[in-house]
Amino acid sequence: MQVEDLVEAIRLLETVLPPDVEGRLRGALGRESGISKMVVEAILENVLYAKERGVPMCQDTGILEFFVRCSNDHEEIRNKIAEALRRATREVPLRANTVNPFTRENEGTNLGRSHPIVHFEGRPLNEGDIEMDIIAKGAGSENVSASFMLDPMQGVEGIKKAVVQAVQKAGAKPCPPVVVGVGVGGNLERSAYLAKKALLRPLNEKNPNRNLAELEEELIEKVNALGIGPMGLGGSTTTIGVLLEWGHCHTASLPVSVNIQCWALRRISLEWQGKNFRILR
Amino acid sequence: MDVRGLCLKFNVSVRRLRTPLREEEIISLRVGDVVYLSGTLYTMRDMAHVRALEVLRRGGKLPFDLGGEVIYHCGPLLKGEAVISAGPTTSMRMEGMEAELIMLTGLRGIIGKGGMGERTAEALKKFGAVYMEFPGGAGALAARAIRRIKEVHWRDLGDPEAVWLMEVEEFGPCIVTMDSNGEVFRKG
Repeated sequence: MQVEDLVEAIRLLETVLPPDVEGRLRGALGRESGISKMVVEAILENVLYAKERGVPMCQDTGILEFFVRCSNDHEEIRNKIAEALRRATREVPLRANTVNPFTRENEGTNLGRSHPIVHFEGRPLNEGDIEMDIIAKGAGSENVSASFMLDPMQGVEGIKKAVVQAVQKAGAKPCPPVVVGVGVGGNLERSAYLAKKALLRPLNEKNPNRNLAELEEELIEKVNALGIGPMGLGGSTTTIGVLLEWGHCHTASLPVSVNIQCWALRRISLEWQGKNFRILR
Repeated sequence: MDVRGLCLKFNVSVRRLRTPLREEEIISLRVGDVVYLSGTLYTMRDMAHVRALEVLRRGGKLPFDLGGEVIYHCGPLLKGEAVISAGPTTSMRMEGMEAELIMLTGLRGIIGKGGMGERTAEALKKFGAVYMEFPGGAGALAARAIRRIKEVHWRDLGDPEAVWLMEVEEFGPCIVTMDSNGEVFRKG
């Protein structure tokens, strides 16, 4: 795994919106009118301009999160990711976002205690390869994401209510139209992880579970019925996609996490086969 | 696109204004109006609000004069001296501090995103100021309208939190969502 490949991937992550996300935003144009439509047009113009100029589409380049599948030594991979993040901060550049939570001191590197955030998720499909997904998440939308420990008897209705209420409470703060990642089950922190991981699935890829695919569609309708619209200025597009991941949970629990993601869903998937580096999407 | 074209296309009222804003300009702005601003914007977000109020409360003077000026809830991304991405940040975090800042400085305009609360709405009405929203996340588009950095203050707060004086030309669309009549436009 070459550090410079990773720096280049981070540049693409920050400057080019994935086509499935851009496509959904284009779809919103036809449904909106007046100021709400003007806002969506400004967003799309921004996406185009950022791509042409090779500059980050949003000044909040976020906190980067890395999902890795490999058989390599984890410390070695983590160190390379840290080095790539340090270099990308200077070269792309990224805004220096990480601070000490108590003193608010900013070292200017996007590193620090607990960073980079790397999830090692077992082995790759082909032995010897390194597979990686990266997501860059800004604070506006992460700040309104939430976890709920429901009672088991609240069931699927409780899950729907938690999702819709979280989006309603978030209002305009997370830069709608949003993508909603939902993590059901596990435990407290596992549900939060699943909600973030859900955002990695392309918007045009259906949930493989038919019931959950239907639940996602129903949640899209319910969220859009809130009428929050682009940037909270009203309209029928509050969300451009709901993505759900799940895991088994304790018999006495029903953990639900809702990761609200701004329209700028910046994610990228990579693969190294030996020295051969490939951007998958 | 020219002003007339924009008005026709989106059925909205578009205004071109220059900072510092005059009282009659402020009073004439209504929610739903779209503004393109030229002049100077002062970026001020969380920590700059905290520090400005600390200074002003003990009777001190800020190193920049906000009278008649427009502040921008923004932590810009720079490459060397150039601003390359500079969209708005969530304004609601400043809600507990904004009314006092308006009262103590005489600032006339705020640009941010996501709207603000009742205390700010009251201060806008009482002291004659407006709140406008630039489309959130459109940082590259915002940077396109920024000509240069004129000054920077309080850089010890970290670059995102410092006060950057930015010379802008036709910075917009800025949508008026809270006006000096106490009107608020918001659906979420």
